[in-house]
Amino acid sequence: MLSQESLALIDRELAKYPADQRRSAIMGALRIAQTEKRYLTNELIEFVASYVRIPPVAAYEVATFYNMYDRKPVGKYKLTVCTNLPCALSGGYTTADYLKQKLGIGFGETTADGRFTLAEGECMGACGYAPVMLVNNHSMCNHMTPDAIDKKLAELE
Amino acid sequence: MLEIEIDGKKLTVPSGSTVMDAANSIGVHIPHFCYHKKLSIAANCRMCLVQVEKAPKPLPACATPVTDGMKVFTHSDQAVTAQKGVMEFLLINHPLDCPICDQGGECQLQDLAVGYGQSGSRYQEEKRVVANKDLGPLISTDMTRCIHCSRCVRFTEEIAGYQELGMANRGEFTEVLPFIGKTVNSEISGNVIDLCPVGALTSKPFRYSARTWELSRRKSVSPHDGLGSNLVVQVKNHKVMRVLPLENEAINECWLADRDRFSYEALNSEERITKPMIKQGGVWQEADWQTALEFVANGLKGVIAEHGRESVAAVATPHSTVEELFLLRKLMSGLGVNAVETRLRAADFALKTAGATWLGQSIAELAASDAVVVIGSTLRKEQPLLAQRLRQSVKKGLKLAAINPHGDDLLTAKAAELVVRPDQLVEGVLQVLKAVAEAKGIALPANVDFGSIDIPAEARAVAAVLDGKEKTAILLGNIAQQHPRYGEIYAAATAIAEATGAKLGVLGEAANTVGAQLVGAETGGDVFAKPRQAYFMLNAEAEFDVQNGAQALAAVKQAKLVVALSSFSSCALEHADVILPVSPFSETSGTFVNMEGRAQSFNGVVRPLGETRPAWKVLRVLGNLLGFAGFDYASSEEIRDEALAGDIAPRLSNALAAPVAVKAQSASGLVRLGEVSIYQADIYSRRAPSLQKTADAANATLLKANAATLAKLGLAAGELARVEQAGGTAELQVALDAGLLDDVIRVSANHPLTRALAAHVGAIAVAKA
Amino acid sequence: MTVYAKGVVFEGVDFDNPNHWRLEEYVKRGGYAALKKILNEKITQDEIIAEMKTSALRGRGGAGFPTGLKWSFMPRNFPGQKYLVCNTDEGEPGTFKDLDIIVSNPHALIEGMIIGGYAMGITVGYNYIHGEVFEAYERFEEALEEARAAGFLGDNILGTDFCFQLHAHHGYGAYICGEETALLESLEGKKGQPRFKPPFPASYGLYGKPTTINNTETFASVPYIIREGGQKFLELGKPNNGGTKLFSVSGHVNRPGNYEIPLGTPFSELLEMCGGMRGGKKLKAVIPGGSSAPVLPADIMMQCTMDYDSIAKAGSMLGSGAVIVMDETVCMVSALERLSYFYHEESCGQCTPCREGTGWLYRIVHRIAHGEGRPEDLDLLASIGDNIAGRTICALGDAAVFPVRGMLKHFRSEFEYMIEHKTRQFAALS
Repeated sequence: MLSQESLALIDRELAKYPADQRRSAIMGALRIAQTEKRYLTNELIEFVASYVRIPPVAAYEVATFYNMYDRKPVGKYKLTVCTNLPCALSGGYTTADYLKQKLGIGFGETTADGRFTLAEGECMGACGYAPVMLVNNHSMCNHMTPDAIDKKLAELE
Repeated sequence: MLEIEIDGKKLTVPSGSTVMDAANSIGVHIPHFCYHKKLSIAANCRMCLVQVEKAPKPLPACATPVTDGMKVFTHSDQAVTAQKGVMEFLLINHPLDCPICDQGGECQLQDLAVGYGQSGSRYQEEKRVVANKDLGPLISTDMTRCIHCSRCVRFTEEIAGYQELGMANRGEFTEVLPFIGKTVNSEISGNVIDLCPVGALTSKPFRYSARTWELSRRKSVSPHDGLGSNLVVQVKNHKVMRVLPLENEAINECWLADRDRFSYEALNSEERITKPMIKQGGVWQEADWQTALEFVANGLKGVIAEHGRESVAAVATPHSTVEELFLLRKLMSGLGVNAVETRLRAADFALKTAGATWLGQSIAELAASDAVVVIGSTLRKEQPLLAQRLRQSVKKGLKLAAINPHGDDLLTAKAAELVVRPDQLVEGVLQVLKAVAEAKGIALPANVDFGSIDIPAEARAVAAVLDGKEKTAILLGNIAQQHPRYGEIYAAATAIAEATGAKLGVLGEAANTVGAQLVGAETGGDVFAKPRQAYFMLNAEAEFDVQNGAQALAAVKQAKLVVALSSFSSCALEHADVILPVSPFSETSGTFVNMEGRAQSFNGVVRPLGETRPAWKVLRVLGNLLGFAGFDYASSEEIRDEALAGDIAPRLSNALAAPVAVKAQSASGLVRLGEVSIYQADIYSRRAPSLQKTADAANATLLKANAATLAKLGLAAGELARVEQAGGTAELQVALDAGLLDDVIRVSANHPLTRALAAHVGAIAVAKA
Repeated sequence: MTVYAKGVVFEGVDFDNPNHWRLEEYVKRGGYAALKKILNEKITQDEIIAEMKTSALRGRGGAGFPTGLKWSFMPRNFPGQKYLVCNTDEGEPGTFKDLDIIVSNPHALIEGMIIGGYAMGITVGYNYIHGEVFEAYERFEEALEEARAAGFLGDNILGTDFCFQLHAHHGYGAYICGEETALLESLEGKKGQPRFKPPFPASYGLYGKPTTINNTETFASVPYIIREGGQKFLELGKPNNGGTKLFSVSGHVNRPGNYEIPLGTPFSELLEMCGGMRGGKKLKAVIPGGSSAPVLPADIMMQCTMDYDSIAKAGSMLGSGAVIVMDETVCMVSALERLSYFYHEESCGQCTPCREGTGWLYRIVHRIAHGEGRPEDLDLLASIGDNIAGRTICALGDAAVFPVRGMLKHFRSEFEYMIEHKTRQFAALS
């Protein structure tokens, strides 16, 4: 269900924790699975749970508690914009509105061509770089003014 | 000890107590939802907030450890304000649909809302609605009512041993659920219904069938496994509506297994027979009791006159009461018939012990062991609550090991495990015995021929589990007791027990397995191997209660006279000549002696259905009709007092009465592992529709083998396979069981699909269907 | 972004050098000298803890607990495994200092943790890193590899018998995991739901074992204290508020960023360092310690110095040192609506008052902000707040209530205006 590369990465996570505490690796394992498959289906969650050797519902709890796990299909690029107060004071909503208008979608939606999904994020711990946007959960873009967004979207073709 | 004051009352409590413990010890009630004495402390509902002197804010009584000199106020302004605040939060999203809620009348939220709630709500926003979940055939959900106390989730993880329920999402979107597409399949799942303080989890079979306040509560004892769980049977209009646990810390604690809880459905089954019936000229006809009883008495006399006393056998299941079995034995004695047998699922009857075989100690003592080795048992399915109890003991340090023909998960840590072929169970025990002898440097027992047995590492590990511990036990389960070489298993286990100081225990298969021995209802041996002319059958169904069901069925079919004393008609209709409708456990008084030798008497909770009569009364009248002396009992208590006169304890003994020769053998080829599945084990479970819809019931329809064996046989999971044993065949769906050894074919026994098969353990042929 | 480094954590970091975070550069600016000193001079555990106490370093994660004291709580002779955990789950709106530490000076944190492990006899540590900063997590992993390769981390550190293993654990989007026991639960692979205390992590922490948890900045300050002495560190700040501290300044200033300045620096000076108010607007209010801290109006804030005691006296908290600056255009109803939404979203759902109460608070503020407020709403907000605060397992309940209380205390009139006129006095956040 997952590539050898992903399984090797999960093994690396498992190695960080005591042998009888494999459960500790579930967060990393789900992240690695999501990175490969873009989002977590129930089958994928169950697979990862059995790989880590925990009950599937325990993995499901984790996959639904932490909000960076995607359990519905997302576009090739998931753009998460922080609109929390510090970002909002520096244009977070302007950024979000610009993206909505430019992509023609709202928060939680995906463009018809399946390229972009737009999401509203909570504090990313980078308020000094506001407005901030995450691409595919892992790549942070700072000072996302409309100009910067145009540039970024062009890069993501 | 710590000195503490609660609401002005001084008391001392052991250190380590919580404020809740302390309050409970003096009968001060602190409102709570998430707290439960058997579960880990969650402290999440916040209902038990109390004021503690010098604490700046109210503290949860359930989680706050007592400190010396602490002053607690459970009803001060600060405490009550906090409790009322919590109650308001609990109610803002609760649907308050009490009029249509099955929990109404026994709802902790409803009860506490009366004391701590307001008359109106300040919450003017939209209420939350939560989708219901499919938890399977036993538990109904109304998840909007959930107050997120997490008791059910903690139960599955901590008590049932496997987290089948979780709380997904977070914040106010938190929902209790099983993994998507899965149900709750634990054999003790129904306890979450009791644990749920609101109506979020309720009984599915009971749903909308009565209001709780219409029900009367009557005590009883579970007729299923050897534990003897105490029941509260709830009754309305002379009908059993629901079964709940009666708390008994020494036996079932506050729990019930699902079959204890839901098998009552059978009591109201359409298969109940309510009038005596006689088959004349191949046609069943209803008869009055007098006619039927005379038919039986005359029939028995006739057979004996014609064919002799040896031509009659009486069989009963060990789910029958002491009183029933005692009178059965007495009736047969009157007729001069010696063959009375309750070990219907046994295959080896040679074992002789000094007394009735039993657990060897109390259940509570067993739970306090340092190490336990289980031999030949699917412990969770045979003894669900005992398995639960040992699971809790493992958390406290008990080392659990197994010698088994399967690798089933006990949902707790196994310190060691030796998996063998089912026909090599004796050899497995011998391997451990040899390892024990080697480790201790003692001589091998003389009555054992070890042949060429060597000791695998797993056997050494099992032996090591018993080594150097103070309180240890060896337990023989159903697979061992029903094994064709039970005597050898028993003797080898005895030798290990003697060498290690472990207590040997036998896990009683049924509610009255020990009681059956005490009244001597096991004198027949295999009464179906050589067919008799007459069978007198009490609560027993040939194809489901006898190990070799096909053989038993053939025997009763050829018999001249078959008398069936039964609550249910279905099976008896096929082969009996007369059916006497007798009371199930709920309609008679009686006594079960559980695996620890504890006699528990109970009364009928409802009156007998139709013309059904308690079996002890039927047997008494038969005795009268036959003119036997000593059948003038006025009550079941009189029978019990005679049957169990004196102390029971001295009559219990697992000591061998005669040495058993044990000889290691080799085995090869396909071998059957036949096990009686949890919901086929007794006349009630097999007729409870809800239990028959469980995953365990579905699991019993499968043929299982390991991957190598499936490959060798050219079978794949999901395919249909045809098995053949002693001329009988069955078609079953194939599934993988990685815990089995090569060539082991696991097929349930005494099951409608496999009734044509023969011995539980024996050669079997398998091919693609 | 601006990093104004005049303190211990970023001392000597040349941000223009792309390799400034690497081990080689760290060693050049005195890195790992403290560790070598300890191992070479066989400095005892007690001496290190004494030095930590002298420094008056207080936990930089928000609670401000004296670090030396915390380290002394660790059972020294516990017979099993003990754990050291660093909290880099920085998600308090307004805070972004720890991100800069693991990106720009990860070895200071690593060295601080190794020293902590040595001082408390701990051989295994984890650094729990906030979910949204994956690139920083990867950099930290790389820094760990450098430290292992150089013999500073792992078995037999620098040829001694001292061993310390350190791993990074990546969060995945849950504010609550910044709470130390929620972080431990998360590290165990569970939902991040805080534990009831007692027992405290020092006796029952990760995997049920004794555990010490400190914030990133706290650990990153340790090498300086050991190298230069606790007294020198103390003197950088003021009594009871030792050392310099990173302040994350966001919002309406010209140069948002991290400012490492001595504790006790007047807020007005900090504002000047940030280039003053953006667009020359007037200061309206400041949230001085992360979003959970009660808001303070400009006039009060301008009298404050940036230290634990001064801000507390003004009725708020220094918290993690996150300074959110708002100018005269900000609608406080709108600001509170966004914050209340945040706490409602981030409540773990475990305890009743927070699970049910944060949603209730948000819905009322949301109604007010959309012209549907009712006259009784403000009293209701206060009453619900009273029923949440102090009634929950962790401080998230309090954190959700403090912004409401602060806003109602200092800016009640804006809410009343909106309830009465169904329209706001100032433009909504955009």
